[in-house]
Amino acid sequence: MSEDSIILLQNVNKWFGDFQVLKDVNLEVKKRERIVVCGPSGSGKSTMIRCINRLEEHQEGKIVVDGIELTGNLKNIDSVRKEVGMVFQQFNLFPHLSVKENITLAPIWVKKMPKAEAEELAMKQLEIVKIPEQANKYPGQLSGGQQQRVAIARSLAMNPNIMLFDEPTSALDPEMIKEVLDVMVDLAEGGMTMIVVTHEMGFAKTVADRMVFMDEGKIVEEASPDKFFNNPESDRTKLFLSQILHQ
Amino acid sequence: MGNNSNFESRKPPVATTGILGWCRQHLFSNWINSFVTLLVIYFLYQLIPWFLDWSVFSADFWINYNGELIVDRTFCSRVADPEGDHGACWAIIIVRFYQFMYGFYPSEQVWRVNLTYILLVVALLPLLIEKIPGRKHLIKFTIAFPIIAFILLYGGFGFQIIPTNKWGGLLVTLVLGVFGIAIAFPLGILLALGRRSKLPVISMFCTLFIEFIRGVPLITLLFFGMVMLPLFLPEGLNLDGLVRVLVAVTLFQAAYMAEVIRGGLQAIPRGQYEAAQSVGLSYWQMNRKIILPQAIRISIPSIVNTSIGLFKDTTLVIIIGLLDLLGIGRGALADATWMGLSNEVYVFVALVFFIFTFSMSRYSLYLEKKLKTGINMGAD
Repeated sequence: MSEDSIILLQNVNKWFGDFQVLKDVNLEVKKRERIVVCGPSGSGKSTMIRCINRLEEHQEGKIVVDGIELTGNLKNIDSVRKEVGMVFQQFNLFPHLSVKENITLAPIWVKKMPKAEAEELAMKQLEIVKIPEQANKYPGQLSGGQQQRVAIARSLAMNPNIMLFDEPTSALDPEMIKEVLDVMVDLAEGGMTMIVVTHEMGFAKTVADRMVFMDEGKIVEEASPDKFFNNPESDRTKLFLSQILHQ
Repeated sequence: MGNNSNFESRKPPVATTGILGWCRQHLFSNWINSFVTLLVIYFLYQLIPWFLDWSVFSADFWINYNGELIVDRTFCSRVADPEGDHGACWAIIIVRFYQFMYGFYPSEQVWRVNLTYILLVVALLPLLIEKIPGRKHLIKFTIAFPIIAFILLYGGFGFQIIPTNKWGGLLVTLVLGVFGIAIAFPLGILLALGRRSKLPVISMFCTLFIEFIRGVPLITLLFFGMVMLPLFLPEGLNLDGLVRVLVAVTLFQAAYMAEVIRGGLQAIPRGQYEAAQSVGLSYWQMNRKIILPQAIRISIPSIVNTSIGLFKDTTLVIIIGLLDLLGIGRGALADATWMGLSNEVYVFVALVFFIFTFSMSRYSLYLEKKLKTGINMGAD
């Protein structure tokens, strides 16, 4: 593990029942690096990033996040989750809490931040995702794009070193995809370490430092965006790209 | 955006709105519907005046048709003048009202019971009204209320001790109902969480407990509390009869509450757990702040439903010799001075139960409505 790497996956294997979802996955992510993961559905992309904050448990291999190895040790899991923010396809906002409460909840309860300070922080995060005027609404009153931006603000409020995005725009109407991607581009430009599972190839081209292509639980190809899109090595990648770029 | 003026909304046709429109749609939409409507109106026309006449207009309260004060059954108009057209004789309730409310609680100490009732209302306020000023402090009082209530009702700390065999009537019904429900609720939550626990020992224990308690009739549990519980307790520790019954009632209610809340828990999508975990909440924080508020919200109708069930089931304590509201009523009927006035007693007891259960039901409707309008849970 080199000096500036922040995430390390070594020979990670995982099964759902008898079905192997991750096969000898190796990945090293450096600080401030932006990785875009793509691949056909069922290829294990989501499972891989969900292993990084232990929403899924890997059965073999080693995962180290910010110097903390993920094992059964609950303390380690807690500290990793404080370092890693996650944004989900279905937003997963807390529907019974207002937008502001969604964001202040973790700072108040996990970081023991005073309420006033947490609210100030929440407003700052809402400015960053450009919807401060929605602070007192409930998630059900927002559009999908706005909800996803609140979800990003909620993660950022915990001041994570790493952000994981699990198909953040897949559940959105086409009109709203851009507003979410814009926020993610801002975040990338701010120097956040990001792993993004997405099929938004435009986003990948502008933001990614490295592309990771997965199929059937394996990492098939890792390359710079330039090489990945213009001169991919494996036939599987070529097939995949020809299919999604011809939509 | 196009020109809106062509799409301005019109008002709905008159025949579908207003009282007439409503009647037409809901009461007389076809001939079967119309027939049923008329039939029901006819029955109500027969029933309501008859019942009002029996219970109010032709009824005796303190004095009978001769203007005499009613002191026993023979003074009741309907007993003294069987040929006449007389209604209910409420004197039995009036004369024995104290017993119906307090049982045999000493009258010079009864202010303690009344004070407890007032404090109960104060303790309920922060639970019933979310926006009440000073809710945080009132909640502290609510949590302390059971201890205050115990000292007030039972005694100690300078208060004369009133053994529970002197308690009776509505007092016993409310003690069993309120404490049963209040203690069973948190217990039910723990059991529901326990049953879903990933730790097999905890989950198995909770499942066994719930299934055993639910699989046994409440009467059996009452007998169990009365007869068998003392055998399990260390020697010298003699639990009060009412407490033993309360234990049985609470465990029974907790098992049902657990299943109701488990139903609510199952309706919470996995994403809520994942989002809570990913921002770093611990298991208890996640349940307290994210999962349970939503699960309980969903289960409110069922929670109130089982609570109403329990409130009525407290009448079963009559079997083991406690005199709750119904027990006092039966006692009054067994007394030679008032024998034969069972209609009045049962109507009165039913009415008191109805007042409490109907309020609970209304409150649950109010809650559902408030939660539905205040927060849009779905994304639409």
